[in-house]
Amino acid sequence: MANDYIIDIQHLSKSFGGVKVLDDINFYIRRGEFITLLGPSGCGKTTLLRQIAGFIAPDEGKILLEGKDISGIPPYERPLNTVFQRYALFPHLDVYDNIAFGLKLQKLPADEIQKRVKRMLKMVSMTDYEDRSVDSLSGGQQQRVAIARALVNYPKVLLLDEPLAALDLKMRKDMQLELKEIHRKMGITFIYVTHDQEEALTLSDTIVVMNEGKIQQIGTPIDIYNEPVNCFVADFIGESNILKGRMIRDRRVAFIKHQFDCVDEGFGEDVPVDVVVRPEDIYFTTDPAKCQFKAKVNSCIFKGVHYEMWVDTDTGYELMIQDYDPYEVGTEVMLYIDPDDIQVMHKERTRNVYDGKMVDESHVEMMGGVFECEPQEGLAEGDEVRAEIRFEDVDLLDHQEDGVVAGEVHFLLYKGNHYHLTILTDEGYHIWVDTNDIWDKGDLVGVNIAPGAIKLSKRND
Amino acid sequence: MIKRSHWSIPYIIFMVVFVVLPLLLIVMYAFQDGNGHFTFANITRFFTDKDSLSTFALSLEIAIENTLICILLGYPAAWILSNKDYNRSAVTAVLFIMPMWINALMRTLATAELFNVLGITLGKGTLLFGMVYDYIPFMIYPIYNTLSRMDKSYAEAAEDLGATPWKVFWKITVPLSLPGVMSGVLMVFMPTVSTFAISEFLTNNKIKLFGTIIQENINSSMWNYGAALAFIMLLIIGISTLFMNNDEKAAEGGLI
Repeated sequence: MANDYIIDIQHLSKSFGGVKVLDDINFYIRRGEFITLLGPSGCGKTTLLRQIAGFIAPDEGKILLEGKDISGIPPYERPLNTVFQRYALFPHLDVYDNIAFGLKLQKLPADEIQKRVKRMLKMVSMTDYEDRSVDSLSGGQQQRVAIARALVNYPKVLLLDEPLAALDLKMRKDMQLELKEIHRKMGITFIYVTHDQEEALTLSDTIVVMNEGKIQQIGTPIDIYNEPVNCFVADFIGESNILKGRMIRDRRVAFIKHQFDCVDEGFGEDVPVDVVVRPEDIYFTTDPAKCQFKAKVNSCIFKGVHYEMWVDTDTGYELMIQDYDPYEVGTEVMLYIDPDDIQVMHKERTRNVYDGKMVDESHVEMMGGVFECEPQEGLAEGDEVRAEIRFEDVDLLDHQEDGVVAGEVHFLLYKGNHYHLTILTDEGYHIWVDTNDIWDKGDLVGVNIAPGAIKLSKRND
Repeated sequence: MIKRSHWSIPYIIFMVVFVVLPLLLIVMYAFQDGNGHFTFANITRFFTDKDSLSTFALSLEIAIENTLICILLGYPAAWILSNKDYNRSAVTAVLFIMPMWINALMRTLATAELFNVLGITLGKGTLLFGMVYDYIPFMIYPIYNTLSRMDKSYAEAAEDLGATPWKVFWKITVPLSLPGVMSGVLMVFMPTVSTFAISEFLTNNKIKLFGTIIQENINSSMWNYGAALAFIMLLIIGISTLFMNNDEKAAEGGLI
C-alpha cells in the first residue's frame, strides 16, 4: 500500500480505571505535516500523544509508523522524540550534555556529536549557552534546549506536549513563529498537543479537535474555523453565536425568527439544525434595503483591535458582534449576514431518548432513577420502554437530593435566548437541557422531569 | 509589646546551656592539664600515641565499610520502595524505616543475644553486622525520599531519547539521587565514627573504636585527654560535614 502516511492510527482505545479516555481513535498523519491535537483538558489528547511516544500501551488498536505497528515497541526503540510540557531537562547536565544525551547513547563519534549539537544550538539561537547549567536558563531558553535535545536525533516525528504552556504570552507568540520556522527548515513531521485554539490555528497544517476521548473534527485551520461540524467545535474554536435554526429548504435557513439565504444544501426541508455565525461576520448597515434584521446595542467593550458588542435583536435574541467601529449602547442598528458566513450544522439530537422499564403503570425506571409518568395505557409492569423528553422539559434543581437523579453541569452553550446544557449524571448518563436559568460548568444539580413531559413507547428491538 | 524576635529567646537560652557551654567546656578541658594550666599536651599525646592512632584508623575503616555496605544494601531497597511497580503502599516504606524508632542500644543487645544463641563468635563480622543493622534505615530513608520525589519526566525524557531502562538508571536516576545518598552518608558515617556501645556489646570489647577510648578515658576520670579526643573527633565531623554540605543539594535528601 503506497501512501504518504508516516503515522496511521487505527481503532485506538484506552481506559483508565473503567473510564474511557480514548474511544476508537482513527486518523493518519502525512509525512512532514504539522498536526495539532486540540481539545480541552481531559479530552484524551495527551494520552494519545503518550501512546504514540510509547509511554502508555493502548488497550485496543494499532499505531502504524511507516506501515509497521509500533504498539509493542518500547519508547527507547521508537524513532520519535518528545518535547515535554515542563521540558524535563536533566538538571545534572549542562546545556551541551543535555542536547548530546541522545547522540551519546547512539555511540556516535565525538566530533560528529559536537557538529550536530553546535548546529542545533545555532538553529535554536542558543550558541553561547552550551556550558550553562539548565537551572540558570529562563523558561524560553529551556524550551529551546528541550527542542534542540529532541531534534538533534533527527527523529521521524517530533512530539510536542503543550510545549509553550509555561511561557508568558509575548514569549509564546515569538516561540510559535520560531517553531513554525524550525518545522519548515527541518521538514520533520510535528505532532503538537495544545488546549489553546489560537495556537493551533496559527501553527498547524491540520487540526484534530478532540473531546471526551473522541475526535470531533479533522481539518485545516480554515475548515475548522469556518465549517465546524458541531456545536462543540464551533464553541471551542474562536468566538461564535450558536443558534437553534430550521432549514426551510436548500439555501434557505431560519433562525432568530428571521429567514436568511445561505449556501448549505442537502439537509432536507423543514429540518431542525444548529446555526453558527461568527461575531465578525455580522455586519452593520445604514441601507434599509440591505438590512435583514434590527437590533439594539446593549454592551460595547474595546478589545484592542476590535470592539465586542452584544445586541438584542428585535425578536428577543442576544448576539455577539465584533467590529472595528463602536456603536453606543442603546443605539438601534440594522444588521445583515452574508450567505457565505452562515454555517449550518446537523443537530446531533433533537430530544433526550432513554431506555427504561415500567415499574408500575405510572412509574418508569431510567437513568438509575424512578420517574413518575402519566398512567400509560397498554404498558404493564416490567415492560421495556423508550422514553423521550424534550430539552426544555427537564427541570434542574439547586440541590442534588431534590432530584430523581443527581448530576453536574458538564458543558454549556448560550444559544442567543437560552442555554443548552449537558448534564452528566452520577450514573454516567447525559441529559441535554434547554433552560433560561443561568448555571455554571461544574454546578451540582438535581434532575426532575414532570410526569406529563415523559413520552413513552413500547420498545421492541 | 513583645517583639516577634523575642520569641527566639527560650531557644537561644536552650542552645547556650545545652550546646554552646558543653562545647566550650570540651574545648577548655582539652587544652588544660590536670591542674588547670593551659597546654597542648593532650593533643600532641594523641598524635604521638600509636594505640590511639591505630584505634582511630580502625574506627575510620569500620565507619567507611559500614557506610559502603549501607549504600550497597540501602540503595536497591530504597529504589524498590520508591518504585510504583513494586510497591504502592507507603506502609512498606515505613516498615523499613521503623527500626529507627527503636532504641539502638536495645537493638544491639538483642543482636548480641541472637549471636550468642546461634553460637557465632563475636568479632569484626558481628560488629559490622550490628552497625549495618542499626544504621541502614538512616541510609534508606533519605535515598527513598529523593527517589520518590524525583520528577518521573526525567526518566521518561531519557527513555524517549533512546536510553534503555538500565541506562536510564545509571545516567539519570543515580546521578539525580546523589543528594539523598550524600545525606545518607552523613547520617551513617558520622555516628559510626564515634559509636562505642555497638562495639562493646557485639565484640565484647575485643575491638576498640575511637568512641570506646573516649568513653574509657572519661570513665576513668581522665577528663582532659578524653576531652581532647572528643575535640579532635568533633573537628573531623565538623570539617567533613562542611565538606559534604558544599554540595548544597545534600539538604534535599531529607533528614539533615
